[in-house]
Amino acid sequence: MAETINVLIVGVGGQGIVAASNVLANAALAAGCDVKQSEVHGMAQRGGAVSSHVRFGTAVHSPVIPLGEAQFLLSFEKLETLRWLDYLADEATVIVNDYRIDPITVAGGKAEYPADIESRLASGGYRTLLIDGMKKAETAGNLKSVNMVLLGVLAARLDLPIDTWKSAISRRFSAESFAINWRAFELGRAAGLNAEQ
Amino acid sequence: MKKLFSGNEAVARGAFEAGVQVAAAYPGTPSTEILENIAQYPQIYAEWSVNEKVAFEVAYGAAVAGKRALAAMKHVGVNVASDALMTAAYAGVNAGMVLVSADDPGMHSSQNEQDNRYFARFAQIPMLEPSSSAEAKAFVKLAFEISETFDTPVMLRMTTRICHGQGIVELEEPQPVVTRPYVKNAQKYVMMPAYARVRRTVLLERMRRLAEYSETTPLNRVEEGDAEIGIITAGVSYTYAREVFPNASFLKLGMTNPLPMRKIAEFISRHRQVYVIEELEPFMEEQIKAAGLQVRGTDLQSTAGELSPDVLRRRFFGTVPKKSAGNDLPARPPVMCAGCPHRAVFSVLRKHRAVVSSDIGCYTLGALQPLNAIDSVLCMGASVGMAQGYARMLEPDRPVVAVLGDSTFIHAGIPALVNAVYNRVKMTVVILDNRITAMTGHQQNPASGKTLQGEQVPVFDFEAVARAVGAAYVRTVDPIETEALEQAIGEALACDGVSVIIASRPCALVDRHQYTGVMAIDKDTCSECRLCLRIGCPAMSLRDGSVVINSDLCFGCSLCSQICPKESIHRTRVNVEG
Repeated sequence: MAETINVLIVGVGGQGIVAASNVLANAALAAGCDVKQSEVHGMAQRGGAVSSHVRFGTAVHSPVIPLGEAQFLLSFEKLETLRWLDYLADEATVIVNDYRIDPITVAGGKAEYPADIESRLASGGYRTLLIDGMKKAETAGNLKSVNMVLLGVLAARLDLPIDTWKSAISRRFSAESFAINWRAFELGRAAGLNAEQ
Repeated sequence: MKKLFSGNEAVARGAFEAGVQVAAAYPGTPSTEILENIAQYPQIYAEWSVNEKVAFEVAYGAAVAGKRALAAMKHVGVNVASDALMTAAYAGVNAGMVLVSADDPGMHSSQNEQDNRYFARFAQIPMLEPSSSAEAKAFVKLAFEISETFDTPVMLRMTTRICHGQGIVELEEPQPVVTRPYVKNAQKYVMMPAYARVRRTVLLERMRRLAEYSETTPLNRVEEGDAEIGIITAGVSYTYAREVFPNASFLKLGMTNPLPMRKIAEFISRHRQVYVIEELEPFMEEQIKAAGLQVRGTDLQSTAGELSPDVLRRRFFGTVPKKSAGNDLPARPPVMCAGCPHRAVFSVLRKHRAVVSSDIGCYTLGALQPLNAIDSVLCMGASVGMAQGYARMLEPDRPVVAVLGDSTFIHAGIPALVNAVYNRVKMTVVILDNRITAMTGHQQNPASGKTLQGEQVPVFDFEAVARAVGAAYVRTVDPIETEALEQAIGEALACDGVSVIIASRPCALVDRHQYTGVMAIDKDTCSECRLCLRIGCPAMSLRDGSVVINSDLCFGCSLCSQICPKESIHRTRVNVEG
């Protein structure tokens, strides 16, 4: 793998972003890549904006993705997608969970939730996939598995063997919740593959 | 076997492989997971100590007793531990002792971004700085060897991106446990003036020998590249510089105190221009320039904030990143969780126009809109000490209230409470007892009645302590019962002395099932006064001009219904599983 693949995973504290990036990083490790992953804990967990950087390839130095170099953005919340566009490479793939969580500024009536998210993404020249992640997670058996749905969509766009994903997901979850999370991942991956055609 | 480890997990693994027998810490981002992971190794005695000074002392005592020991803390924790550290450097160790300092450049979750490399220089102890998870593990093991060879505590200095960044680590077998016999040696361990004067000269001589070690250790290595540009760097800055200057030559320093000055001079002589790339203060640059050597550094880099490849590109090449696409977006600051028991206290204090001296914890978020209920936050325990100063100097009828958490009170609030009672001040202390150290990710503490390993111990008795130190008024209330809370706060503020209220209710995230059902608004009776929005609950929001409650986020704490003047908010029986 010549080029370093940079995946930025963003959303709101509590959405399972850390777990998703951990599974991705472990799948890349199982595929024989050098991997680095970076996130920030603490204050940011309390409902604030959260981001996690995952980088893999032949040799990765910085744990943080430089601006303009992320080929993939995995966004767990619609508004959050727009906050991180500076990190995207030209023609990056943007996977968006079609889900809204009002920031406290919007909830209190001090700011407006943007109405033009999709058109802003369209005008940026990105390959955007809008995913009904919550519905798919519900189908899989638990709303919390939305992180595996979105990871499944990403998996359809990455070159990592399917068994590396399976081992990474089984390592992350207990035997009983593996079934739900794997189902969620497969639903996402099917959506990703379908969108490609 | 290869594993993906965060820097903190790697430190824990390194401690295990080095045969560490004792580890102690007080939780603090970004260091917390070090002890949580060490606790996974049953061979190691690991504890949450009540503060960083005690953690350091527990580990240091174990090292003097003859077993390898580690203490871990965030950067500001070293301030607390520094009293012990400064003199432990004189006395030295027996078996190895490593102090892990986890700094937080960029202040992701801290009140300052102090550069703790100066502590290593201040205390005159060796310091290692890993650049990756793999180095974090390797350096822990080396740090113990250096500690024992040179008879000194060693600092392992991490930063947020190393602590919380994951990378590949090769697991190795644990080394045999080092046991050094304990021999009473008052000249070495009793630091009274006559003995300490002798140890002071030992300390200076030790640093001279460590400077020689720094010249030859493979921790400090040259990576040959271009003869034009040489870069002297360490820690996470090395990874950013490698990303931005792929062809430069590097002097990559793993040991940054004492610096290898001859090696640095030789490296500088072979390159046309040498830059020092370091995060925060010009720690290395100043020492190199003081030696009369020519380097560039702070003339190109600001010392404020975290470094990144982008920051380096901007400073060295003037590459200005694209204008942020999201500048016009509504901000998403962290908020107190729905169901948080702290919210009600702030809601009441606001009514009294109290000067609120607050502290370090989740409740610091009470400073933000719309609660806007906090006057000051400084450091662990400062709420109580500062409140005493406020109470002395503000107009006598102005209520002064110190607000701090269970863990923070035990950490540093108790001496200040004793001081307030002793010096006869009129003020109120509210202990927000959610029975967990929440902000750092829910660590046990004496108020939770559980150890790091989850074993049951007696629950800390706040009332008994407050009474024992002589507080004039002591009351425990459930903060979710707002009437009782208001009454207690009213009585406390009227009291002519030090009053203590223990607002006791488990953290909503720890005990998710303490409430049944969720709240809903009756549209027919709601007058749309929006008073409920002023408590800043993330489950409540304004949609199309009316307040709605998101049943996915609501915990059913009912605070909103208790403040609704129209009694329009009611509990509904919705199952909130998961």
